[in-house]
Amino acid sequence: MVTPVALNLPLSDSDVSRLKAGDIVTLSGRLVTGRDRIHKYLAERPRKEEVPFDLSGTVLYHCGPVVKNTDGEFRAVAAGPTTSMRVDMYEAIVIREYGLRGIMGKGGMGEGTRRALKEYGCVYLHTVGGAAVYLAARIRKAVGVWKLEEFGPTEAMWLFEVEDFPAIVTMDSHGNDLHREVEEASFRRLSELIKKQ
Amino acid sequence: MLKLRDGIVELYRKVATSLPPDVEEALRCALPAEEEGSAAASSLSVMLENVRMARETLKPLCQDTGVPVFFVKVPMGLSQLDMKETILDATRIATAKVPLRPNAVDVVTEKNSGDNTGAGFPVIYMEETRSGTLSIDLMLKGGGCENAGQLYKLPLEELGAQRDLDGVRRCVLDAVQRAQGRGCPPYIIGVGIGASKDQVTRLAKDQLMRKLTDANANSELAAFEKRTLTEINGLGIGPQGLGGRTTALGVKIGANHRHPASYFVDVSVGCWAHRRGRLIW
Repeated sequence: MVTPVALNLPLSDSDVSRLKAGDIVTLSGRLVTGRDRIHKYLAERPRKEEVPFDLSGTVLYHCGPVVKNTDGEFRAVAAGPTTSMRVDMYEAIVIREYGLRGIMGKGGMGEGTRRALKEYGCVYLHTVGGAAVYLAARIRKAVGVWKLEEFGPTEAMWLFEVEDFPAIVTMDSHGNDLHREVEEASFRRLSELIKKQ
Repeated sequence: MLKLRDGIVELYRKVATSLPPDVEEALRCALPAEEEGSAAASSLSVMLENVRMARETLKPLCQDTGVPVFFVKVPMGLSQLDMKETILDATRIATAKVPLRPNAVDVVTEKNSGDNTGAGFPVIYMEETRSGTLSIDLMLKGGGCENAGQLYKLPLEELGAQRDLDGVRRCVLDAVQRAQGRGCPPYIIGVGIGASKDQVTRLAKDQLMRKLTDANANSELAAFEKRTLTEINGLGIGPQGLGGRTTALGVKIGANHRHPASYFVDVSVGCWAHRRGRLIW
């Protein structure tokens, strides 16, 4: 087995530039979640002071967790990734305005995000979709939450403290993209298959 | 109906926190086919470990507890209206108790109802049966894989798809190619063919309720299912879309009669966390 690269959050410029597509990593420290509504909100009115957490250098995780509130304390019960492509149209702005060093989700992202990763020094991390209990076990606690009332628990921004959270770098800051490689190869295969009757 | 309501709450718990044995077995069988140390192999191992953890801790396998889709066979004489109300009650209770993620969002106000009920939510298909037993099938259909589905109208020139089974095969391959890793492969693919759009999408969903190990009663369709599965796995998309040999675990197809002028094909994509179960009452 390959030994994962252990990363502590927030990430530095050099952490990011050292990472290559295909690297298996673990994350420890604080990260935030955000999905459809948070992205739309942040991209439409980028005002840093409004977000109660410092996002610079951290990872934005595309995740709408199942969270249980026990005596005022929130625990992530199930917290796997959601499909990242849905927020592709907002991501470049969010990376630029908030100084994120990592975007984590599943399935990869498009050309606009790929360019932003290169331009602003950021990586895209894929983590196993559907592995919600396995991944929630790596979330030590929910430290904070923003927009809970307005957006609800699925769409709110959660600040999670994670330990050894597993992921794989699939889009690096040098323009490499594993998702695109797989897609191009499968397209060539498809073209052969639909030629034959 | 109170006892039945509690039975449906338990059905929700079972379906949300465990994987049907045929799907788990198919994932287990896929593992040795992938290269050791590859992203495909490690993804499959994580999935199997997640299934074990969810079952032991009774936590939802995936945080997206999806759109609940019910297929109910109601014996004659039992009220379908009461049945629907019982399902809605059970849904509210299960959302708090399991817990399920509240997923029902009002399109106009953007407010989440908070209890997984709302207009047309959950999805409930009911039909009467001559049998004396009530049978309730539930599928929790994740949003990511539901988004990966496609509806086709044949003929379709860009795919060279004519109005025949070879045309259907091209549609299925195209849908999987478009989905890539975004809907959580390895997938289970349901296909419906027929005369009207609303009917084929339902028919494709029906196919997702079939066991992976069953065989299509029609030998031509059975052969189609086998061949298409092999071809999908030749695309190399792999578990989680990171490359590999296992892109789908099964292809299931259902065909209704079509109109001479119409040939609709719906491809419904199910994720690996294919949560379905049955309650017999």
